[in-house]
Amino acid sequence: MKKASVLMVIGPLFLLGLYVFPLWNIMLGAPQYPDPLGMNIHINEIRGVEEFDIQNIDNLNHYIGMKTIPKVEDMWEFQVFPTVIGLMVALGVIIGLMGFFKKISPNWFIGWFLLMSVLGILGMYDFNAWLIDYGTNLDPNAIMKLTNPDGTPMTYKPPLFGHVKMLNFDVTSLPAAGAWMMFTGMMLTVVAFFTGRKAVKNTPEREVIQARKAA
Amino acid sequence: MKNYKFYVLSIMGLGLLFHSCGDGTGNGSSNGALSSSAAEKVYVAPGEQDEFYAFLSGGYSGNLTVYGLPSGRMFKEIPVFSQFPTSGYGYSEETKPMLNTSHGFVPWDDLHHPDISQTNGELDGRWIFVNGNNTPRIARVSLSTFETEEIIEIPNSAGNHSSAFITENTEYVIAGTRFSVPVPQRDMPINEYKGNFKGALSFISVDPESGRMDLKFQVLMPGFNYDLSHPGRGNSHGWHFFSTYNTEEANSLMEVNSSQNDKDFIAAINWQKIEEFVNNGGGSTMTAEFAHNVYDEESHTGTSTMINEVLTVNPTDVPGAIYFLPTPKSPHGCDVDPSGEYIIGAGKLSADLTVHSFTKMLAAIEAEKFDGEAYGIPIIKFEDVMAGVVKSGGLGPLHTEFDGKGNAYTTFFISSEVVKWELGSWEVIDRKPTFYSVGHLMIPGGNSRKPFGQYVVAMNKITKDRYLPTGPEMEHSAQIYDISGEKMQLIYDFPTHGEPHYAAGCPADLLRANSKKFYRIDENKHPYAITSPDQAKVERNGKEVHIYMSTIRSHFTPDNIEGIKVGDKVYFHITNHEQDFDVPHGFSMLGQNTSEILVMPGQTKTSLWEPKKVGVWPFYCTDFCSALHQEMQGYVRVSPANSNIALSWSLGE
Repeated sequence: MKKASVLMVIGPLFLLGLYVFPLWNIMLGAPQYPDPLGMNIHINEIRGVEEFDIQNIDNLNHYIGMKTIPKVEDMWEFQVFPTVIGLMVALGVIIGLMGFFKKISPNWFIGWFLLMSVLGILGMYDFNAWLIDYGTNLDPNAIMKLTNPDGTPMTYKPPLFGHVKMLNFDVTSLPAAGAWMMFTGMMLTVVAFFTGRKAVKNTPEREVIQARKAA
Repeated sequence: MKNYKFYVLSIMGLGLLFHSCGDGTGNGSSNGALSSSAAEKVYVAPGEQDEFYAFLSGGYSGNLTVYGLPSGRMFKEIPVFSQFPTSGYGYSEETKPMLNTSHGFVPWDDLHHPDISQTNGELDGRWIFVNGNNTPRIARVSLSTFETEEIIEIPNSAGNHSSAFITENTEYVIAGTRFSVPVPQRDMPINEYKGNFKGALSFISVDPESGRMDLKFQVLMPGFNYDLSHPGRGNSHGWHFFSTYNTEEANSLMEVNSSQNDKDFIAAINWQKIEEFVNNGGGSTMTAEFAHNVYDEESHTGTSTMINEVLTVNPTDVPGAIYFLPTPKSPHGCDVDPSGEYIIGAGKLSADLTVHSFTKMLAAIEAEKFDGEAYGIPIIKFEDVMAGVVKSGGLGPLHTEFDGKGNAYTTFFISSEVVKWELGSWEVIDRKPTFYSVGHLMIPGGNSRKPFGQYVVAMNKITKDRYLPTGPEMEHSAQIYDISGEKMQLIYDFPTHGEPHYAAGCPADLLRANSKKFYRIDENKHPYAITSPDQAKVERNGKEVHIYMSTIRSHFTPDNIEGIKVGDKVYFHITNHEQDFDVPHGFSMLGQNTSEILVMPGQTKTSLWEPKKVGVWPFYCTDFCSALHQEMQGYVRVSPANSNIALSWSLGE
C-alpha cells in the first residue's frame, strides 16, 4: 500500500506540467508558409509557437471572417482551468498521503481518476465547442465567402485531433507535452489503484482499515 | 574496301579535330560526359540552397549584387551609392541623406571592391565594406539586414580605387587614391602636377562593436597613382601594400607617359607604426570637408553630418614606416597570400608575376639594402626583396587569389585566362581560358588567412557571343571553375549585373542564420512611426501635411483623405505593421515626382508628394502582398490652395 500511495502522490503532480507546457498544439502549414504557423493551447492562454504566429494567423483568418484568437480576458476557461487543475492536484496528493498513512482505501484512488476523467472530457467538450464556434461562426461580411460543392457555406473548424486540409492550409491538431504529462499522471493513479488493491488483499491491513471504518 | 576504310578513318580524324577544338575553347561543344558532370556540380535542385554567398560589385551600377555559388543565381541587388527605385533607396526621406556629400547630393557612384569583415584574419560575416570610386566614399553594408548602414566620404582623394580593403581584425578599412590631386585642392596649372600633387592613403578605423567608421588619418604620399592594395596577415599583419603606376608623374596621355618606367612600386606601409605616431600626437590637422552618413536600424533613418578637418601624416615624419618595393610594369593586383609571406605584384603590361617576400623585405630594411629613395621614401633593392618570378606564359596579369592549399590563381586580361600556379616553386600547374578578357577573380575567403578553395569565379570585361544578343550593350559575363582538383574545370557561365570589378564570398552558413527576417515593430524608433493602425492620423503644420499611415494585409489606414490643397508638401509616413517574414508593402501616388517605396515589416518609410493639380488622386500598394493586393488602394482629395475643406481621414466609413 505504501508503494501505491507514493504513486498516487506522484501521479497528480504530473498535472503541474500543464502550468508550463501546452495542453494542445495546432499547426497550420501552407505552400507560402514552409515554416508552419502554430498555436499552443495552454490552460491559461493561447500562445503562438513563434512570437508573432497568433497575429499572423488572425491576419490570415480575417479574410474568411473568423474571429481573432481569444486573449486571456476573452474566455472564462483561462481563469477556471488553472484553478480546477490546482484543486485536483491538491486533492490527489491529499488522497495519496491519506492512503500512505492508511486512513483510506485505494478505491479513493480510482475515484480521483474517474473525477479527473469526467473533468477532462468536459474540458475537451468545451474546447471542441470553442473550435466549432471559432470555425463556423463567421463574419457575414467576410472578404472570402466560400461554399462547399453542395452549396453550403464553407466552415473552418480545426480538427480536435489529427489532420485536415483546409483551403491552402494543412491543419494538424495534437495533444502537446502538457497533455501527455497529464495522461501519464492519470495512468499512474490507475496503477496506484491496482497496486494498492493487490496490496490490501494480501495483507491483514485490510482488516485493520475495515475495522476502523466499522468503528 | 580499302577506300572505304580510309574514308571511315578520315571521318574519325575529323571528329577528333573538332573534338579537341571544343575542349580547347570550352565553347559549347565539349564532350557529353564532361558537361554532364559540370551540370551536376552547379545544379542546385529546386528547394535546395547554395553552398556560398558571392557579393559581386556592380561597378557603374553603384550597387552590390548578391549571388549564390555554385548556381550563379542572383538573389538581390543591394543599393549602396545609387538611387534605387526598386526599394526607394535614395528617394525616401530617410535614405536621401545617405547620398549626401561635400558636393551635395550625388545619386550615383562606381562601386569596385567589396571586402567582408574579419576577425583573426578569418571572415566573420558581420559587414561588407565597399568603395565608391568616383566621388570618393566608403560604405558599410550590414550582413544581417543586407542594407547600407554607413557611408563616409574621403577628402583629398580622387578615384578611390585601392579600396576598400580590411585589416585582419577589421581595425581599419583602407582607402587609397588612384588619382593624385592638389592637397588641399586649389586653383593651379595642371602641368605643374609633378612634385606638387599628392596621393592620399586613408586609414578609416572601424568600431569593433557597432562597425561605425572614423577617418583616423591620411598619409600624403608622392603623386603616383595608387591602384590596388591588400593588407598583410599573420607575420605581416600591421603592414599594408599598395601597387602604384605613373611613378613618372605624367599628367597627360597617361597610357604612354605613365608606362615608361621599367619598374613602378609596391608601397609597403607599416600602419601600426603610423598609428602609434598619431596616437602620440603626431600628424597635422588639415581643413577638409566631407560627409559622414549613418543609417540607424531602429529609427530606420539616415543622417548626414559634415566633418571639417582631417589628420594628415607626411611620410618622412615617420621614419621606418614606408618603403617602396620595385615591381615591373605598372602593377595592378597587389595580393598577399594566406600566410602573409608573399606579396604578389601583377605587372599588367608584362607576362610575368613578381613575388616579393615579407621576410626578405624585413631583412633588407634591417641591412639597409636600398636603391636610392623617392621623395625621401627608401626604395628597397629589387633583388633583395623579390622571392620569385612566375613565368606564366600569359599576358597582362591582373589579380591573384589563393585556395589555402598552397596554390595561387591569377587572371590574365590580355591572354584571357586563369592560371593556377604553386607558391614557392612558382611553377604553372594549369591554365584555362575565360570568356573574355577577365578582370578580377574571386575565391570565397580568398583574401583572408582561410580561403575556401572550392570555386573560382572569373569576372570578365567582354561578353561578345556568350549569351543571346541584346543589342550593343550586354551584361558582363562571369565563369565558375571547380578548383577542388589538380586541374581547374569550367563548370558554369552566367551574366552579371553592372560591371563586377571584384567580389567577396563566404560560406552560406556564416550568414544564413543571422539574416534578419523582419524588423520588430516594438523596436521601431522612427519619429513618425505608429505602433498600431488605430493610431493613424493626419496633421497639418502650415503647408506641411504629415500622414501617419499604417499598412497591413490588405489595406491602408487611412485610405480616404480630404483637406489636402495644391501647394502642400504631403509626407506619407508609412509603417508596415506586419510581423512576418517576406511581407513588404509598397506605396506610390499618382503624379508623384519620386519613386515608389517598399516598406519592410516593422519599418517606417516616408514618401513626399507635392500635389500640383486639383482632383481625387489614387495611391496603391506596389508589392503584390496578398490575395487582396489589388484592393489595397486609397484616395486623396486635393482642393484648390484657397479652399477651406477641413482635414479629415477615414477607413471603412
